[in-house]
Amino acid sequence: MKKFINNVDDLLVESLSGFAAAHADLVELHLEPHFITRKNKAENKVAIISGGGSGHEPLHSGYIGYGMLDAACPGYVFTSPSPDQMLAAAEAVHAGKGVLFIVKNYAGDVMNFEMAAEMLPFDNATVLTSDDVAVENSTYTTGRRGVAGTVIVEKAVGSLAETGADLAACKALGDKVNSRTASMGVALTSCTVPAAGRPTFDMGELELEMGVGIHGEPGRRRESMRNADAIVADLVAAILEDLKPARGTEVLLLINGFAATPLMELYLLYNSAAKLLQAQGLVISRSLVGNYTTALDMAGASITVCLLDDEIRQHWDSPVHTAALRWQR
Amino acid sequence: MKTLFILEAMTTVNQAILSSESELESLDRAIGDGDHFINLKRGCAALLAMHDELSPLAPAEVLQRMGMKLLSTIGGASGPLLATFFMTLAKAEKTSDVSTLADIASAFQASVDAVKQRGKADRGEKTMLDTLIPVAETFTQLTQQDTDRLLLLTALQQAAEQGMQSTREMIATKGRASFLGERAIGHIDPGARSSQIIIHTICELAKTKIA
Repeated sequence: MKKFINNVDDLLVESLSGFAAAHADLVELHLEPHFITRKNKAENKVAIISGGGSGHEPLHSGYIGYGMLDAACPGYVFTSPSPDQMLAAAEAVHAGKGVLFIVKNYAGDVMNFEMAAEMLPFDNATVLTSDDVAVENSTYTTGRRGVAGTVIVEKAVGSLAETGADLAACKALGDKVNSRTASMGVALTSCTVPAAGRPTFDMGELELEMGVGIHGEPGRRRESMRNADAIVADLVAAILEDLKPARGTEVLLLINGFAATPLMELYLLYNSAAKLLQAQGLVISRSLVGNYTTALDMAGASITVCLLDDEIRQHWDSPVHTAALRWQR
Repeated sequence: MKTLFILEAMTTVNQAILSSESELESLDRAIGDGDHFINLKRGCAALLAMHDELSPLAPAEVLQRMGMKLLSTIGGASGPLLATFFMTLAKAEKTSDVSTLADIASAFQASVDAVKQRGKADRGEKTMLDTLIPVAETFTQLTQQDTDRLLLLTALQQAAEQGMQSTREMIATKGRASFLGERAIGHIDPGARSSQIIIHTICELAKTKIA
């Protein structure tokens, strides 16, 4: 393993400290328990809090700021944060209108946020994201995983919350975006959890993992390496089979890198996916390409399609000012 | 349960977990995401650091503080599950004097039930419950029959071992391994194995107290 590390046990705090220092105009870091909040507490809005294991940067801390999150709770690498973090974060950012947790659907995250919700002295609700269509037969599993589509949910809900909308409305929009969003990923290499020091899974030079999760968990199957168009065709087919969009539907296309795949290749994937979506009669009116939900040092990418409507498009377009997403109207 | 025994068990369990590093890591790499050992190690270290704080306390308070500490240091799925186990044991200690073996068996059963509820899981899903449930059943059954202590402890170790081994042929329906489908067959569940190690170690320690 070759990584920029001083002491593996200090990795998380040193990284969080660097993040907070680099974006001191936007965020504030709190340690023990670890959570990050907006620099200036927002008033008179539902507090939007997310969190999850580290290793997916910029998810979630990179989305703290105007128009998205009020706070994020980073766990250890690929490990859910614990309830004390969520309670402390909620205490810090609650502004009298309740707390909405945005949680990726993994057993650990769900349990920890659930215990926090049970102990929280404020009105609260939870949006579970579950956009990964790679997980089949979801009645027999923990269910679909939350992956890169989570960014779209956080953007839309964060935007709505800035308007002063109430908790129920924020929760409803989050659930709606989640239900209209589907993703699937592919890995070309494993990732290496720093504390483990070895790749999470073995993969041959000529293999790929179709439907991989963002922790290096397996997907649908191991396959032989093929050209990009063939890989994209499988990913897009799985996504469209799930969403079943009518021709003419307006969509947001997100090509998300897992961190070790160059932007050059991500744009190639965009080119390939866009052609396929257009051939199905879909209108790609919004796009995002880059490393937005990563998996440590994994090479690979995921494709996310979100079916837009006027409300979601409006909340996607609205101004946002965070470390990882920043635009004016 | 006595505070002294709980603390002694904490120390020996920590050693047992540490010496299973490579095995737990390879099990978790096979069907999980490779962090199970690291998380347990962090939890054990946090508990050991509380040793002096815990030693003057009553068992109920010791178990409650251990549960809260595990909840805040392990994270992941193991954190809330192990914490739920300890906090339910603490509740049993608080509400009644858990002194006879039958009392311990019923407190153990209640704790396993609480873990089932928290994890929304049951036997046969390739999780720690495949170790814990058979142990709870054996415990309750044998204490009702007033079995010799040494035989009881050995039976608990066997139940844990068999339960852990039974996960090898299972398809996981809970946790990270569930995403593997049939590819999880042939691998023991790391959570079932770590739970078995903990139970085995505590039973060994208890055997030394019988003589």
